Amino acid sequence: MENTIVALVEDKPGVLNRVASLFRRRNFNIKSLNVGRTETENVSRMTIVVDSEGVDARKVEANLYKLVNVIDVQDVTNQPAVHRDLALVKVSAKPEQRGEVASLASIFRGKIVDVAPDSVIVEITGTEDKIESLIELLRPLGILEMVRTGNVAMMRGDMSGKRYAPSQQ
Amino acid sequence: MKMNGAEILMECMVREGVDTIFGYPGGAIMPVHDAMLKYPVHHILTRHEQGAAHAADGYARASGKVGVAVATSGPGATNLVTGIATAIMDSVPIVCITGQVAAHLIGGDAFQEVDVTGITLPITKHNYLITSADEIAQVVREAFHIARSGRPGPVLIDICKNAQLEEIEFEYPEGEFSLPGYHPPDHAPMEGLKKAIELIEAAERPVILAGHGVQMSGAMEELKMFATKTNTPVAMTLLGLGAIPASDPLSLGMMGMHGEAYANEAIQESDLLLAFGMRFDDRVTGLLSTYAPKAKKIHIEIDATEVHKNVTVDVPLMGDLKTVLSDLIPMLDEYDHEKWMTQIGEWKAETKERSIMSWHDDGKLYTAHAIRALWNATEGDSLVVTGVGQHQMWAAQYYEFEKPYKLLTSGGAGTMGYGIPAALGAWFADKESDVWLIDGDGSFQMTQAELSTLMQEGASVKIALMNNSFLGMVRQWQEFFFDKRYAATPISGPDFVKLAEAHGIPARRVTKPEEAMDAIKFAQETPGPVLIEFQVEMEEAVYPMVPAGAPLNEMLRRPIRK
Repeated sequence: MENTIVALVEDKPGVLNRVASLFRRRNFNIKSLNVGRTETENVSRMTIVVDSEGVDARKVEANLYKLVNVIDVQDVTNQPAVHRDLALVKVSAKPEQRGEVASLASIFRGKIVDVAPDSVIVEITGTEDKIESLIELLRPLGILEMVRTGNVAMMRGDMSGKRYAPSQQ
Repeated sequence: MKMNGAEILMECMVREGVDTIFGYPGGAIMPVHDAMLKYPVHHILTRHEQGAAHAADGYARASGKVGVAVATSGPGATNLVTGIATAIMDSVPIVCITGQVAAHLIGGDAFQEVDVTGITLPITKHNYLITSADEIAQVVREAFHIARSGRPGPVLIDICKNAQLEEIEFEYPEGEFSLPGYHPPDHAPMEGLKKAIELIEAAERPVILAGHGVQMSGAMEELKMFATKTNTPVAMTLLGLGAIPASDPLSLGMMGMHGEAYANEAIQESDLLLAFGMRFDDRVTGLLSTYAPKAKKIHIEIDATEVHKNVTVDVPLMGDLKTVLSDLIPMLDEYDHEKWMTQIGEWKAETKERSIMSWHDDGKLYTAHAIRALWNATEGDSLVVTGVGQHQMWAAQYYEFEKPYKLLTSGGAGTMGYGIPAALGAWFADKESDVWLIDGDGSFQMTQAELSTLMQEGASVKIALMNNSFLGMVRQWQEFFFDKRYAATPISGPDFVKLAEAHGIPARRVTKPEEAMDAIKFAQETPGPVLIEFQVEMEEAVYPMVPAGAPLNEMLRRPIRK
């Protein structure tokens, strides 16, 4: 079980540390955490995927909300939201294998973004499931290196996620 | 007006109402101590920064104002840590100011540089690092607001030395400031209040659990009205003591590990727990899986992270306790719960029989008796500060608190050594008040250097030192759970009377029960600090006791002695 939580935070030094420290302090387990700028100046956005197997996600949300620098907390798990993860996968590929990699990537709407004599880099964007599927197909060829951004999420239309409010416990 | 950062800091703190500061100077905080000379504040030089933090804590608990502790960078700041942790566990509003090396040196392991904001991050409600003078005013205003509002707590401001020295054109920023992520709740929604009323109507065996929140919110009158209107008994946490008078027929006294047996019985048999500003700490619940199994639970709490944390409740009401109770009271009907009160009365009678107070005089001096003598001599009206351990529990049990804000003790953190500095701080909150420190020989020796501070300040703190030559609470656990293997618990001490006298503090020693009253009178009649050492029974245990991890009603009881 995992929950995807979107937190809007003040863009101040140390805020990422406060969030990370909170997860450690309360023994919550982060599966992925992504931070970046938003449409509003001085506001950053975190998408946190948290392991909610042994912990009530409400606890995570309440503790996040309690941080002075956290402005808004929404749970977008099982909500109508767009979820995306981006991966760069460096695959071992001699010239004669490049075609196979390219065709696999294209099935998943991925693309090759770098070619070296013995390897290529595949870029793929999508839900975590989709990326996992491609990785499984590429694995037999030999994955030399991989990096993923972790999940980012946004609610569709004008909907918001389950917004955390202390009074609605 | 041109001012340097240290002056701006002092200007802003004075505007927040600060007139008393506990601290210790050092290289990286020198400009602040220098600026203090220009402002109407009294700086108390403690003998260790831990003492400054506890003194600020004691001052805050006794005055209701924000306490302030000041320390230099590095070891000065790390010495505050125990005091800050004590304050956050008990929700005490203090602001700690620490000096930091110049901004351009940060990260370079400069002399006396320590990452103080990093170290204190998990034990402060919020903290700040200031690197330039123009940040100071805003941060000080936010810090005091955060410390005192919502669920109060410690806030730390780490100020680089260059920011303290930097001169800027300064005008105090009047008006609002923006904390977009900080909104403590106030009223609870009506929907929740209605659900609570339904549970209250259905209850036959209700119990109110009154925590520290009652006094922090100033909700004593509302609690009394609620309890009286619904005829509901009130059990208190350690920090809740004084929420209603001990002599009130509805008072069940203290709950929990060393609480009254009848309070714990009542909680376990209850069909509705009304938790008011308390957090279901393990010391009050015992084994969680067996806690109050028949009870529905209503939890009024200002900190949403406390709700469902240890105990899942049926109706959480998030808000300020005084406000929420004021909203609830007009919606309440009257109830008598007569059968329930009768049952509790029977449990109470059984406890009386076991009480050490029912013992015949056997010529031995027990801490409980010394505390009761103190209670009689002070008419139960003193402000009592304690250390941590057996004496603390006995103070909670036998100094029966009639009024709020009269017990200052480290509850959540259980910080030994809290006593002397906290009593010092409490005296500064009201110099006319009658402050008694009930301490143990272990706790006392942890911070006894602060005797010098008491003397230097002429702080009229009366000390009742319960000396059993053991770290008594650990010894008790060893007696019960480690086959009396007294590892590392026998503790000797100095001649405490001579120690006090070496500080210029008058002192007496009491070894027999009949000497207690005279010695206490001597302390009351002698101006300034006085120490009374009670040489008490070495191997007495605190009863009742719920062993750690046992159900709340499986208590070790004091054997009946005829």
